[in-house]
Amino acid sequence: MRKWIIGALVVVAVAGCSSTGTQDAAPVDDKGPTATAPATTGGATTSGATTTGVSGTPAGGAGAASALKDPNNILSKRNVYFDYDQFVVKDEYKPLVEAHAKYLQANRGARAIIQGNTDERGTREYNIALGQKRADAVKKLMILLGASEIQIETVSFGKEKPRREGHDEASWAENRRADIVHAGE
Amino acid sequence: MRRLIFAFLALSFLACSPARAQLTIEIVGGAGTTIPIAIVPFENEANWPLGITGIVAADLQRSGLFRSVEAGILPRPARAEDVKYGDFRARGADAAVVGSMRALGDGRVEVRFSLLDVVKQTQLVTMTYVVTPAQFRATAHRIADVIYEKFTGDAGVFSTRIAYITKQGSRFELIVADADGGNPQAIVASNEPLLSPAWSPDGSRLAYVSLENKKPVIYIQSMATGQRQVLANFRGSNSAPSWSPDGRRLVVTLTREGGSQLFLINADGTGVQRLLTSAGIDTEASFTPDGKALLFTSDRGGTPQIYRMTIATGAVERMTFEGSYNASPRATPDGKGFAFVRREGGRFMIAIQDYATRQVQILTPGPLDESPSIAPNSRMIIYAAQQGPRGILAGVSSDGRVKQRLVSPAADVREPAWGPLLR
Repeated sequence: MRKWIIGALVVVAVAGCSSTGTQDAAPVDDKGPTATAPATTGGATTSGATTTGVSGTPAGGAGAASALKDPNNILSKRNVYFDYDQFVVKDEYKPLVEAHAKYLQANRGARAIIQGNTDERGTREYNIALGQKRADAVKKLMILLGASEIQIETVSFGKEKPRREGHDEASWAENRRADIVHAGE
Repeated sequence: MRRLIFAFLALSFLACSPARAQLTIEIVGGAGTTIPIAIVPFENEANWPLGITGIVAADLQRSGLFRSVEAGILPRPARAEDVKYGDFRARGADAAVVGSMRALGDGRVEVRFSLLDVVKQTQLVTMTYVVTPAQFRATAHRIADVIYEKFTGDAGVFSTRIAYITKQGSRFELIVADADGGNPQAIVASNEPLLSPAWSPDGSRLAYVSLENKKPVIYIQSMATGQRQVLANFRGSNSAPSWSPDGRRLVVTLTREGGSQLFLINADGTGVQRLLTSAGIDTEASFTPDGKALLFTSDRGGTPQIYRMTIATGAVERMTFEGSYNASPRATPDGKGFAFVRREGGRFMIAIQDYATRQVQILTPGPLDESPSIAPNSRMIIYAAQQGPRGILAGVSSDGRVKQRLVSPAADVREPAWGPLLR
């Protein structure tokens, strides 16, 4: 978690000069002095760009943030599940998506990242793209429901970070998922 | 072993760590016809603990195109002039290799060999190498390359290297090894997934994707110095790197403008240029050998299919029509077609398609075969497969006849990338 704090500090530090345009939330062209470093130092991970789009502090303050953690609040639910080869947000997940959209709408300083995932079937890179499509579908719905584009970054883990390692339908279903992660988590 | 762990990054990198678990290659199916070859142990070879002829024989055997014949001729001939062809003929050998090794006194060794066509009773080649014992393996691979080329007409690839990813528990490593699995070295290690290694055409650099920043980011790492650079770390996901044949640019998949779309980027990370605009997924692009076109996967037609884009004109042509899932195209270096992954009846298999005839040949059984990578002589395809709960690498000849399995004792192995010919 220290990584998070460091990342957040770096991005908070540059936030003042990055208020225009959706592409400018963080340095996109990562070739500062830290971009080249011997692999033995792990230096390439030191850029603030690592936390693109998930930095910042919720404007709603501690009360809003704690709603995210309250197990009785729908905001504590983060997983949107998908059918095989599909990237349509099913109706049963719309209340959850809407709650997070409203949270972002009410907390304009808040940022979230949506991480798409797939089951193990299919090629690694195509699954990165499929997971991205799932994350994008959730983001699109959140924007329709009140969140703004700049608040949400979508990324994909494809099949690389399965929550369940099994080779059966139950594991696959668990892994076909997009997760909503709020800044600072 | 130089190893630094940065606890706050929960990530570590190895510059060089020998003694990785080595892949062992098993032949599980051979070609219809094989060339019987007698490789006579070289004169004085027993003076060194690591010999040469054993590695030459193993290389040739592994190709599936040769079969070792025990010559058992005494005294052993060491020079072409000493060879009595009738002795080899009597033992069923069509080809013979003889040679000698001589210490030069300065630590170096002179290795000399002759390759003989037993049927035609002619000497095909004689070569001399002056090497250190540390170079014996490399020398053996070079000798095997010469023999392979003389008898098949194709370049030998025993001197090439392969890159692949291993996963052991939660630890991922990018490994570079000789094509026979020997001499494995971890060049990157991480506690987060690594994928999509891609060799620069001169073999000096590897591009790959790492999730260490909680999203896919593309890096390029120098083989000589171990230094690495971020190639693409834009908003969203950055993945699927593949080099242009001149080594100056890469094609990558970025989502920074929405959706997974193809971009060209200079090898230093500058000059990002969008190639296409599609409503769906465009990814897994790679260059054709002439550098003029790209093969890529797109779901623009509703299912993932393979397309070819002519870079100069932007014209896009669909290449696959059968089946509901065709992905991961890799052009064969001979320019005749491409290998790819096809799903059929829920099984993912490696297939090859010829440009001229559009004919598809399914080469592997599945059920979860992926990541085809083609040898620089176009004759073998290495790919990732699932064997029980384990990820392994496997090889298949592009005619489907020769099958190999590359087994690691300890780790899940995946994402093979066959390195270039180094001349």
